[in-house]
Amino acid sequence: MLASELLIQALEQAGVEVVFGIPGAQVLSLYDALSRSTRLRHILVRHEQAAAHAADGYARASGRVGVVLATSGPGATNTVTGVATAYMDSVPMVVICGQVPTTAIGTDAFQEADITTITLPITKHSYLVKDAALLQEIVEEAFYIAASGRPGPVLIDIPANIQATKVAARPARSCVRLASYRPTLKGNARQCRQAAELIRATARPLILAGGGVISSNAGKQLRELAELIAAPVANTLMAKAAFSPDSLLALGLVGMHGSPLTNNAVQESDLIIALGTRFSDRVTGDASRFAPQAKIIHIDIDPAEIGKNLRVDVPIVGDLATVLSSLLELLGDFQSPLREGWPPTQVAASSPQPSPSASLATETTWISPSEVFFALNHIAQGREMVYTTDVGQHQMWAAQLLQTSTERGFLSSGGLGTMGFGLPAALGAQIARPEACVLCISGDGSLQMNSQEMATAAINGLPLKVIVFDNRALGLVRQWQHFYYHDNYAHTALDAIPDFCSLAKAYHWQARTYQHHGDDATGITEALKWLLAQEGPALLNIPISRDELVLPMLARGGSLAEEVKHV
Amino acid sequence: MSEHTLSLLVDNQPGVLTRVTGLIARRGYNIESLSVDRTDDLAISRVTLVVGAEHTPLEQIKKQLHKLINVHKIYDLTNEDAIERELLLVRLRVSEKQRAEILEICKMFQAQIADANGDCLTIEASGNHERLAALEDMLRPYGIAEFARTGKIALSRCPTH
Ligand SMILES: Cc1ncc(C[n+]2csc(CCOP(=O)(O)OP(=O)(O)O)c2C)c(N)n1
Repeated sequence: MLASELLIQALEQAGVEVVFGIPGAQVLSLYDALSRSTRLRHILVRHEQAAAHAADGYARASGRVGVVLATSGPGATNTVTGVATAYMDSVPMVVICGQVPTTAIGTDAFQEADITTITLPITKHSYLVKDAALLQEIVEEAFYIAASGRPGPVLIDIPANIQATKVAARPARSCVRLASYRPTLKGNARQCRQAAELIRATARPLILAGGGVISSNAGKQLRELAELIAAPVANTLMAKAAFSPDSLLALGLVGMHGSPLTNNAVQESDLIIALGTRFSDRVTGDASRFAPQAKIIHIDIDPAEIGKNLRVDVPIVGDLATVLSSLLELLGDFQSPLREGWPPTQVAASSPQPSPSASLATETTWISPSEVFFALNHIAQGREMVYTTDVGQHQMWAAQLLQTSTERGFLSSGGLGTMGFGLPAALGAQIARPEACVLCISGDGSLQMNSQEMATAAINGLPLKVIVFDNRALGLVRQWQHFYYHDNYAHTALDAIPDFCSLAKAYHWQARTYQHHGDDATGITEALKWLLAQEGPALLNIPISRDELVLPMLARGGSLAEEVKHV
Repeated sequence: MSEHTLSLLVDNQPGVLTRVTGLIARRGYNIESLSVDRTDDLAISRVTLVVGAEHTPLEQIKKQLHKLINVHKIYDLTNEDAIERELLLVRLRVSEKQRAEILEICKMFQAQIADANGDCLTIEASGNHERLAALEDMLRPYGIAEFARTGKIALSRCPTH
């Protein structure tokens, strides 16, 4: 068979069911073989960046490896933002690129780009296939590397002449072993005991849950630990939906836009149990003043994350679910003591929290974003919702206000903060979870970065839903200009073009613009109900004031205790 | 900033050196010296590199290097009394009179004459960093025409039984 046919067979054997891509000269052989596969579905997107985000959304929503197929040169370079996004958020992905023939490599041939070198800093590993006989092994390795340990994107660059080489297939390997890559799964026993001792002695424990909880499928263990030791749970953006917001232990979002209750709890805690998180600057504020009274237990599968940004008292390298299970066993007989004033969530439960969005504007011509989210939470109850977001104020409001604990039900670009992620990610998520209601929360800036994918959704019958918070501005940047650049709104106005309703309709979507009538809350409920009731893809454009802010917000360079002065 | 010597065993494949050096450069550290060649196993190369960094960033660099799939082993030889060697080639133009003095210096350093033609002399010497630096200092007054020095290669001492 041809190497291209072998590749398709290897993808099938790896359990792949869908590939996102766009063909081109250097992947013709692969597409020819792909067209004959009865098991692989190909989704023809409209931009390779979207192919990568869609594969990413598919992976995040399902826990399986997302697969991208792109041609050489511009096809490959178009995937770069999507690959970087997946790398930053540890999403398992395999990107297959065509390359010019081996004889032409290095000659600046038409559509030649050295994609393996371009993506070196944003891939977990990559291959340039120069020998067709190695292809099967490479594909098996790539899937193993992408999905195991700390997941991440792996790129395979295949020159056109290699694809067209005759090769012999051998039976698939049942397990891949690499001498130089053996992720640690079980935690070190001594360190686990030390962690258990610290937990037994703590008065104010706090669990900081990161994205690792989701990639390790450790939600159950997280809940058991939190309940056993009565520790409140703060989540990073990446861990949203990993812990039920209905629990009295749920603190919600921590860091830059976390509530004072949450951030102060971190500052007052005497033991932070950090699970699968990398202590990013958006989480810690000034790292040297993060949780000043606390000892820190840090559990992560990537040894390089431990001690990278913060001093750690007990490091445990391992798979989160496995390590937490051993910890739970060690704490089997533990009775959590009644503690005065802790967890702080219980204290706060009786007093209502201030609304996180605030407007500089006083007019009632606009609906406030929090009203939209309150209505949405109400309507979404009992449904299997998968939310995706773009990047900006709307993303932060979603992180603060959405009440959801659907497994793998909140997909957002955390580390890279990639505008344009939401819509294609929703596309991938909808394919992974056909039964779920997939809803992309977007902004008028972000949606325009990949709006062409409305075509992909319509043509493939993917019934995604989109809400646009239309503030006619690059809102979050504008907010920074408000706080730090004396309201000099340099180049953050977008104006009222396009009309998103007409745009969506041009792609054969159902679409509506929400009309606000003062304080009447039934209007938004009705509009959201309409959105979720649509059988096909549908968009709801919600005009909001330009002057809305995401609050609270930490002061630049400040600790978690220091909020920006609200003026 | 202190200098650290790392010795890595890596796959002998195209692009692997770029992965290693790129990772270090990306974190803003300068590679002071570098030497690479295959080991007794043709599939494996040894990379010896000297990098200037404080302790904490160095630990982070080592951990990140460990994550590269093509890196098999990392030895930190910094605080070890390792055997370290470099090779030096230096070309001088010398008068008849100076020649004898230079040969005397070569003898002191167990350096060889690698090549000679008329007033041109190429000297070859090996040794550790300090020793070669001392030789360089002694030859400089004669006017160095060309100069080449390898990065260091290093192995830890034989284990004591
Ligand atoms: C690709 C990309 N370019 C630029 C930015 C910088 N940026 C962050 S938020 C933002 C504004 C987003 O505007 P919009 O999508 O309308 O959301 P809003 O903040 O108004 O809710 C920009 C430009 C980014 N995050 N990603």
